[in-house]
Amino acid sequence: MNPMQSKIETAKAKGKVALIPFLPAGFPSRDQFWKELEQLDAAGAAVIEIGMPFSDPVADGPVVEKASLKCLEDGIDLAWIFEGLKARKGTFNAALLLMGYLNPVYQYGLDAFGADCAAAGVSGLIIADLPHEESGFVKQAMAPHGVALVPLIGLNTSLDRMRLYAKDAQGFCYFVSVLGTTGQRESLPERIREKLTEARSIFTIPIALGFGIKHPDQLANFAGLMDAAVFGSALITHIATGHTSTQFMEPWQ
Amino acid sequence: MKKGYFGDFGGQFIPELLMPPLLELEQAMQTILPTEEFQTRFIAMLKENVGRPSAITHCPNLSRDLGLDLWLKREDLNHSGAHKINNTLGQGLLAKMMGKTTLLAETGAGMHGVATAVAAAMLDMKCLVYMGATDVVRQAPNVNRMRLMGAEIVAVESGTKTLKDAINEALRRWLSDQETTHYCFGTAAGPHPFPTLVREFQQVISREARQQFMERNDGRLPDVVVACVGGGSNAIGMFHHFVPDPSVAIVGVEAAGTGEPGCDNSAPLNLGTDGILHGMKTKLLQTPQGQILPSHSIAPGLDYPGVGPEHAHLHATGRATYVTINDAQAINAFKTLSRREGIIPALESSHAVAYAIEHRAELKGKSVLVCLSGRGDKDMAIVDSIL
Repeated sequence: MNPMQSKIETAKAKGKVALIPFLPAGFPSRDQFWKELEQLDAAGAAVIEIGMPFSDPVADGPVVEKASLKCLEDGIDLAWIFEGLKARKGTFNAALLLMGYLNPVYQYGLDAFGADCAAAGVSGLIIADLPHEESGFVKQAMAPHGVALVPLIGLNTSLDRMRLYAKDAQGFCYFVSVLGTTGQRESLPERIREKLTEARSIFTIPIALGFGIKHPDQLANFAGLMDAAVFGSALITHIATGHTSTQFMEPWQ
Repeated sequence: MKKGYFGDFGGQFIPELLMPPLLELEQAMQTILPTEEFQTRFIAMLKENVGRPSAITHCPNLSRDLGLDLWLKREDLNHSGAHKINNTLGQGLLAKMMGKTTLLAETGAGMHGVATAVAAAMLDMKCLVYMGATDVVRQAPNVNRMRLMGAEIVAVESGTKTLKDAINEALRRWLSDQETTHYCFGTAAGPHPFPTLVREFQQVISREARQQFMERNDGRLPDVVVACVGGGSNAIGMFHHFVPDPSVAIVGVEAAGTGEPGCDNSAPLNLGTDGILHGMKTKLLQTPQGQILPSHSIAPGLDYPGVGPEHAHLHATGRATYVTINDAQAINAFKTLSRREGIIPALESSHAVAYAIEHRAELKGKSVLVCLSGRGDKDMAIVDSIL
């Protein structure tokens, strides 16, 4: 079983919603980033999602985009991410997941990328601009390295398309709760519940809810329909305004 | 070949949440486009609103000066002053028949935005145009034209605040509003099916030009066909019906920027590498780490770090040749065509004209058919600031 799935199921077995915090690599600064990761890990994150900065992040809203572009300006690249993770391999209790866009990964070389993921203890990958139709060559390249490509689905994903993703998905399924970019307004809970119920009937792996998740209260509506919560924009804003990851994680325990 | 690919290039590299509207559009291309209702209305609009067929014009003075036989396909004579309207009326009508109520567009120089505003006004639809904040300032006359025709302009403050960022924001907006909104993509690029859809609406350029040229030249084909390439929509329209003619050399002209070594440019086919941006695998200006580089051209409509995937394919197979022309050469062509033939070309189209001027030695005695994709009135401020 992919480590991301086992970590989420461990939280579930304790009756908790698994927590998946997202931070762009190198945010808020090169040194502080690793300290934030340590805090998130110590505060019980099941999976830590690390953003790989890209100049043109079409699936991200303004908060994540601004943070990512700043990291790019600071010279953050994949080599820096892997170097830092390799140096800390085995120190995280959480499973590690990289999120980004295809082009930087493609330029790095898919096989080299998969190998470095394995060497750095990364077990999952989200590529925001890679729908099922184009994903074959990436999955194939990641498989030998034990890196799962996490599918993203949403409110407009048909049952048929969910089945396409469910066929060989590993780790967890990322359910996007808004028809929009990260950090955007909330959708109606009824609509999300309806769609989550559909996803539940098709995916056997855990389901994580993300995009626009700011506070644990939002999750009460979806009890039993999801196993994990992803939060990015809210955490970034929290850190950018001078607070710590530890403080952010407190209400989620 | 894989669906939506031209050789190794193309595809649909976009978030899953944009797949449903792309699939819906692909479906509409099969069910609505071939219908008599669509075709009748579209042909009538091209005739009565755009003024098609557009003329071809022989250039006697410049031909004599250069020692070749120069012809222009006059897309500058279209309503709204460029080839863009062929595409926006086609996509607009398709969207209307799909039941959409809003046309969403990105624009750099503002020509595609203006053409989309025309289509929306004609079809009684809402129009929403995303434009980089930098471009909103430097292309103020087009912003005013769009507003006059009822378009809402959104100035994009993210990234480099130019065309590529306007595309990013427009894609984000489409993601949110996909039920009511059609993304009227401006060039033969982006995710499948846009490169094919835009070519479908622009191929009228070469369908007419090929026939018109043969009528004027005793059934002979031109030796060389030339068009400027940014995203590549006028070029793919100009090339399409000549691709099967082996005797016709096809030349695309990219913008070299200032032309100094290492300068910012808009020539991904000549100077870029394979990569993925805006839904397509194509040639891109990028760092070795895959970050997209800023582009530059004096012609705002060529100022884009990528290129349509079919051009990447025609480049890879060698069927078309892609050359570069720099800012100064384009300005020279702008002035020369104006002075010698009384035609003020857009700075984009000036790059194509400049090819005939700069390569006159190797083109000696040949017939050269250039796509004059747009008129140059919009560029007077840019040229004034330089001359």
